[in-house]
Amino acid sequence: MSLTALLVDGLTVRFGSFRAIDDLSLAIDYGEVRAVIGPNGAGKTTLLDVISGITRPKQGRVLFDGAHDITRWSESAIARAGLRRKFQKPSVFEGLTVRQHIAIGADVGFRSRLDAPALEDRISEVLETVGLTEQGERLAGELGHGHKQWLEIGMVLASDPRVLMLDEPVAGLTDEETERTARLVRALVRPDRAIVVVEHDMDFVERIADRVTVLHEGRTLFEGSMDKVRADKAVVEVYLGR
Amino acid sequence: MTPITRDRPFLLLVALLVMLSVAMPLLSGTGLAPSRYLTNAIGQLAAFAVLALSLDLIWGYLGILSLGHGLFFAIGGYVVAMYLLKHSFVVTGTVPDFLQFMGWKEFPFYWAGFEFFPYAFGVAVAVTLLISGVFGYVSFRSRVGGVYFAIITQALVYVAMLLMFRNDTGFGGNNGMTGFSVILGWPMGTSGMITALAVASLVTLALVLVGCRWLVGSRFGALMLATRDDETRLRTLGYETLRLKLIVWCLSALLAMLAGMLYVPQVGIINPRVLSPELSLEIAVWVAIGGRGHLVGAVIGALLVNALKFWLSSAAPDVWPFILSGLIVLVVLVFPNGLMDLAKFRLARPMGPKRMETKRMARGIGEARS
Repeated sequence: MSLTALLVDGLTVRFGSFRAIDDLSLAIDYGEVRAVIGPNGAGKTTLLDVISGITRPKQGRVLFDGAHDITRWSESAIARAGLRRKFQKPSVFEGLTVRQHIAIGADVGFRSRLDAPALEDRISEVLETVGLTEQGERLAGELGHGHKQWLEIGMVLASDPRVLMLDEPVAGLTDEETERTARLVRALVRPDRAIVVVEHDMDFVERIADRVTVLHEGRTLFEGSMDKVRADKAVVEVYLGR
Repeated sequence: MTPITRDRPFLLLVALLVMLSVAMPLLSGTGLAPSRYLTNAIGQLAAFAVLALSLDLIWGYLGILSLGHGLFFAIGGYVVAMYLLKHSFVVTGTVPDFLQFMGWKEFPFYWAGFEFFPYAFGVAVAVTLLISGVFGYVSFRSRVGGVYFAIITQALVYVAMLLMFRNDTGFGGNNGMTGFSVILGWPMGTSGMITALAVASLVTLALVLVGCRWLVGSRFGALMLATRDDETRLRTLGYETLRLKLIVWCLSALLAMLAGMLYVPQVGIINPRVLSPELSLEIAVWVAIGGRGHLVGAVIGALLVNALKFWLSSAAPDVWPFILSGLIVLVVLVFPNGLMDLAKFRLARPMGPKRMETKRMARGIGEARS
């Protein structure tokens, strides 16, 4: 196992003449929580789109675990390799129950590979972690916004991902829910897992992130701890100081 | 999803189908037997119900609207018609009308072997799988979905209709095929055969219903709903939704084919009009009215709309299209779940879930259109 979970190398993504990501390089290590922040249009979500295989870059590559060039892999192959992502807009299956979501996340395949008791144990464990034990039999469509966010985190967590990407996990949450999500994210840190969080809420970022990457117009503007980010003049100018 | 043992509408419908299929042969010959006309109508309606289930599987549970399912229905229908004509010719020596029209002395070479039912059945399955497989693979691979997919299926069935209207293809041309006299060695048109075909349709419907219920209640069924609700989400969890969609699409096509094979011997004719876009649109109407994503709803929708059609097209043929269009407008605007919405008005359920579900279904319709 390499120390670097994700290595983004010279990445460029264009939409027409607009460069969403412009020759971006960055490395994310196992064991860390990396926050990616930046003003709207900085390329944060696009970066996650490339890593998860939804958007194809014009140039550059993404290396997973030091050895696998996943740049051209399909979304499903990337997910099966152990990179899972929560979307910006809570994406859940409204017609399925909470438990069914975790089962789908835990065990990839048209037929279940885990035996039933093992799967049930895993589902209960994950629901406990994300705090949805009570909601197990409810349909996802009936859940409130906060519960949907946690359900999606539980669903991507269920497979024990090596790389966990969270796109705006506290958007639209109350202060109390944000607090709970921060504790959840910190509880997910493991030496063999990298967590990437895209978020606008600076206090939340300060609580969870080991390091922060500030993107601006598709490039890295700054990288370091949150204290240093707040102190950096260029960052304040384009983003925080407005 | 409700466990199968507590799914009362489903159990009730299966019980009804089983009872009908047992009662009809037992009663035949007694005064209580349904008339030949009614027996035949029941059999045809059962075939239509199978067709509705085939579309509900792909539309209601997977979110893929096909407006060309008449194509697969017609494949089953044409193949069984070829079997019936060839078989009748071998048994009775009757030369089919279309050969006489064309002035042909013998059957075209590709009719060889069609007098054997297993071979004909195999051909129907192979052609259905080939067309649905290739078309599905190409469309799903290029991620064509929603209204674009629906339009292409409509075009496909239209192209097939133009092809079958040609007289020189050797499939009966615009007159189609009729004059079937023998099936599996037995004469057609007798009361016994009419009952037998109706029972065969009812039993097939019951089996297809049970099979579909098992499928949608399984883990695979949960993945179908997940694909319908958010395909990208499922793909980024590691699932190959292309394979899943292709499997269900081909299965749905096979069920439509089966419906065609049951239908044609009972109406005694097939012509290219089963390939008209209207019929394919109508299947979607049955399912929409009955309630997408409910197997029992699809069956009831098919029965109600067709019963209404049987009655009105003789009582007031001019108003039928208006009534049909009115029903569609009503379903789209007021009852996105079709009859299932009506059923819910009666059950005093808490407001929350009902509203959510209605919203979800409304979104489903919107997606199919936008």
